[in-house]
Amino acid sequence: MSIAPSALPISMRRIEKRFGSVPVLRDLNLDVEAGEFLTLLGPSGSGKTTLLMILAGFVRANAGSIKVGGDEIITTPPHRRNIGMVFQNYALFPHMNVFHNIAFPLKQRGVAAGETAQRVEKALELVKLQGLGERRVDQLSGGQRQRVALARAIVFEPRIVLMDEPLSALDKGLREHMQIELRALHRRLGMTTVYVTHDQREAITMSDRIAVMNGGRIEQLDRPETLYAAPKTQFVAGFIGESNFIPVESRNGSVWYGDRRIQTGAPTPPAGPHLMVVRPEKLRLVTAADPSAGINVLEATVSDIIYQGDSFVCYASLRDGRQLTLRDYCRSDVLARMPAPGQPIMLGLDAKDTILVAAEG
Amino acid sequence: MSDGIGLPISHRQRLWLYGFGGLVLLFLIAPSVIIVIMSFSDSTLLQFPPQQWSLRWYQSYFQSLEWRDATIVSVKVAIMTALVATPLGTTAAYAINRGTLRFNGTINALLTASLIIPVILVGIGTFFLYARIGLNNTLTGLVIAHTVQALPLVVLTVLSGLRSYDMNQERVARSLGAGRIAAFWQVTMPQIRFSIVSGALFAFITSFDEVVVSLFISGGETTTLTRRMFNALRDQIDPTIAAISTCLIVLSVLLLSLAQIFGRRH
Amino acid sequence: MSAQSALLKEIAGPAGQDLNAQALRADARRESLRLLALLAPSLFLVCAIIIVPIGWLFWLSLFDETGAFSAANYARFFEQASYIKTFISTFKVAFIVTGACVLLGYPLAYMLSQLPRRAASICLIFVILPFWTSVLVRTYAWLVILQRKGLINSWLIDLGVISQPLSLANNFSGVVIGMTHILLPFLVLPLYASMKTIDTDCLRAGMNLGAGPAATFRQVFFPLSLPGLASGVVIVFVLCLGFFVTPALMGGGKVVMWAMRMEQTTSLYSNWGAGAALGVVLLVVTLALLGLFQWLLGARATGVWSSR
Repeated sequence: MSIAPSALPISMRRIEKRFGSVPVLRDLNLDVEAGEFLTLLGPSGSGKTTLLMILAGFVRANAGSIKVGGDEIITTPPHRRNIGMVFQNYALFPHMNVFHNIAFPLKQRGVAAGETAQRVEKALELVKLQGLGERRVDQLSGGQRQRVALARAIVFEPRIVLMDEPLSALDKGLREHMQIELRALHRRLGMTTVYVTHDQREAITMSDRIAVMNGGRIEQLDRPETLYAAPKTQFVAGFIGESNFIPVESRNGSVWYGDRRIQTGAPTPPAGPHLMVVRPEKLRLVTAADPSAGINVLEATVSDIIYQGDSFVCYASLRDGRQLTLRDYCRSDVLARMPAPGQPIMLGLDAKDTILVAAEG
Repeated sequence: MSDGIGLPISHRQRLWLYGFGGLVLLFLIAPSVIIVIMSFSDSTLLQFPPQQWSLRWYQSYFQSLEWRDATIVSVKVAIMTALVATPLGTTAAYAINRGTLRFNGTINALLTASLIIPVILVGIGTFFLYARIGLNNTLTGLVIAHTVQALPLVVLTVLSGLRSYDMNQERVARSLGAGRIAAFWQVTMPQIRFSIVSGALFAFITSFDEVVVSLFISGGETTTLTRRMFNALRDQIDPTIAAISTCLIVLSVLLLSLAQIFGRRH
Repeated sequence: MSAQSALLKEIAGPAGQDLNAQALRADARRESLRLLALLAPSLFLVCAIIIVPIGWLFWLSLFDETGAFSAANYARFFEQASYIKTFISTFKVAFIVTGACVLLGYPLAYMLSQLPRRAASICLIFVILPFWTSVLVRTYAWLVILQRKGLINSWLIDLGVISQPLSLANNFSGVVIGMTHILLPFLVLPLYASMKTIDTDCLRAGMNLGAGPAATFRQVFFPLSLPGLASGVVIVFVLCLGFFVTPALMGGGKVVMWAMRMEQTTSLYSNWGAGAALGVVLLVVTLALLGLFQWLLGARATGVWSSR
């Protein structure tokens, strides 16, 4: 990944935002590295869009500091922040053609006509829309509009690019294609990017780091693989990927599920109740003979099996009635051992894949 | 009911409804139509349909100095009212649309107050005020009073334009480096200009047709057309007024079609 | 180095003390002032032309002719028969005109809401055009139609229906006909707008559940159209109370309504206190009716005005 020479780090400190008396952001601190692709991920109402709006200058925080490359910008009006922004609905100017839309930020900066034409052309090339400069906005497809909005947000080489769920209006195939393209564009240009989405898959696909937001706070800020493999809270484990939670207890230096000892990859957590995070794809069917050190075995009864073509999902209930989900690919060795509903099975979970999080009230 | 798929009721079963509705529509439109036709009558008696056709009432309108002066006053006042009320109402609507001020509801109510407060009260009040500050029988006084009457229409028209406009566009313009004023002029304004023009047309016609307030505060050299018409109607029914009325109807149709055209483009 | 240490100090700073809160508040204040500046000219004009003079008149209404502070201007309304007569005829006109508007307007709005879009928009022109035609022009038209030697009378005589002309203008019936014509669009437009928002699926569901067309109308459509009807009724009634032009021109001096009384008291007799008192009561009644309506139906009434 190359870092653009103009890319700057962002440092947000103790951001507070209330709408009336309702707190939306609470004592929020976040550092974005220069050239990084950071995603704010969270359910609606988690404050992620508000944070983005504060960063862009469209919403005023009640308190806090935002420094871009060391300069305080918390009270700087949006047009002097030099931040490119892509909106969910693109907000292209319908009374201008593609060229004038992209040239808009250059015109505001008094760039000469010749240079403007050159830079717009280059931006169009970057987003693969060469030769469409004269098109009217309403003649473009959804994907093309998305690209024009992107070109417009980067043509003036801003210090930072903000994107507010820019792909949510596209259909699934195009969305996945654009995710890869956006990622490639970011690799190429290396601008500091803050991206907002509620789609965890999209966040995992695209981001260098993800800040998972909940109730106006950042629950966890980590690389995608770390977030998935080692969620720190039940919320993060539940929001990223599929999870079943099994209550366990830590006592006498070991972790217990009922009277069964659970082996974990990490050091034993402090005494008290915890939750074991069980991902469907980490579980596998084992026979009684299989178990060895390093594998936790759970006994269950199959309640249903759903065949999905490439894979299958097995719903099983533990002895205490708790539901577990297992997902596996339809390989012949797995299919050969496929249990039937009502049948008792044993589910194996590697100690290395056994994650514990604090039990939330 | 706009999906065009009707209910399983045939149009025949509804004939009585269409018949009655048609009669009500006739009741609404017939008086204007009758006046337009009668204005071309040759007779001093208001016969319908006229036996002979002529333009004599139009001649009598255009040749009368009194009517002509009154018309000029009304046109002047209406144009100036539109010129004053449109920018004031537009900026006010813009501020209200932001919705961030604490007393937004109160401000909105104040600006649209003249729609609710009985005009007669406004007329007497304005006369009373103008008597103290010497604005009775002046163009300035008329323009100010009419501007207050026209403001709510401009505010509401522009506001409805702004509500269907995507404020993100102005936001994005700001983020791309446009200042407040530049963002408004280059991005917002071109997209709500049809609402603004409609608002201006409504302001013009409101001023031009205003009777009650003008009755109190206009007179002498600044007698408006409506005031002169009102006084003439109190005395006797002069067929010249049919010609003037026709001109006013044509004006309404013109302005309304313009507003409609602009509205559709918006 | 200095930036780094400043940052450290910032983070280590006392908790609860909000960072930059003062600068942000100042910025918010500046923004509010900017918005107020946009509103200021309009607000100033409205206050100067509407609020101040009406307040002044209200003040005047509290003094009698000798300049003494008294409630004489208000007491008069209950004592003098002519005032009581004015109020009675005003409310009588208002009730009859509102009733006529409902009888004519509801079926029309219903028809418009059921017509295909194109036909409805053509019919709508017939409602909107009179709406934007000068009140004077329309009053004049009715004078011409209804007067002794007017259209209606000459036709009826020609047809042999009557031998003597009916007196239609310059009396109560003239006022009612003229005002009904002028105020009808004020009822039809909001009613039509609210009928358009009634979901056809609701009606289909009604029929699907076994209600005939008439029952569906009575039990589903009509109740759903009531808020629109109510707002139209309130507007028409309130406008009736303060109506001036048509009764002044078509009443023939026989029908004296509230607004005419105000005009006579101030212009003819220069009794500002008495005229002002009439205005104050009219305003209070108007606002009370609108307030009552808002209270009954939530905040729908404002939407009705904007349909104009």
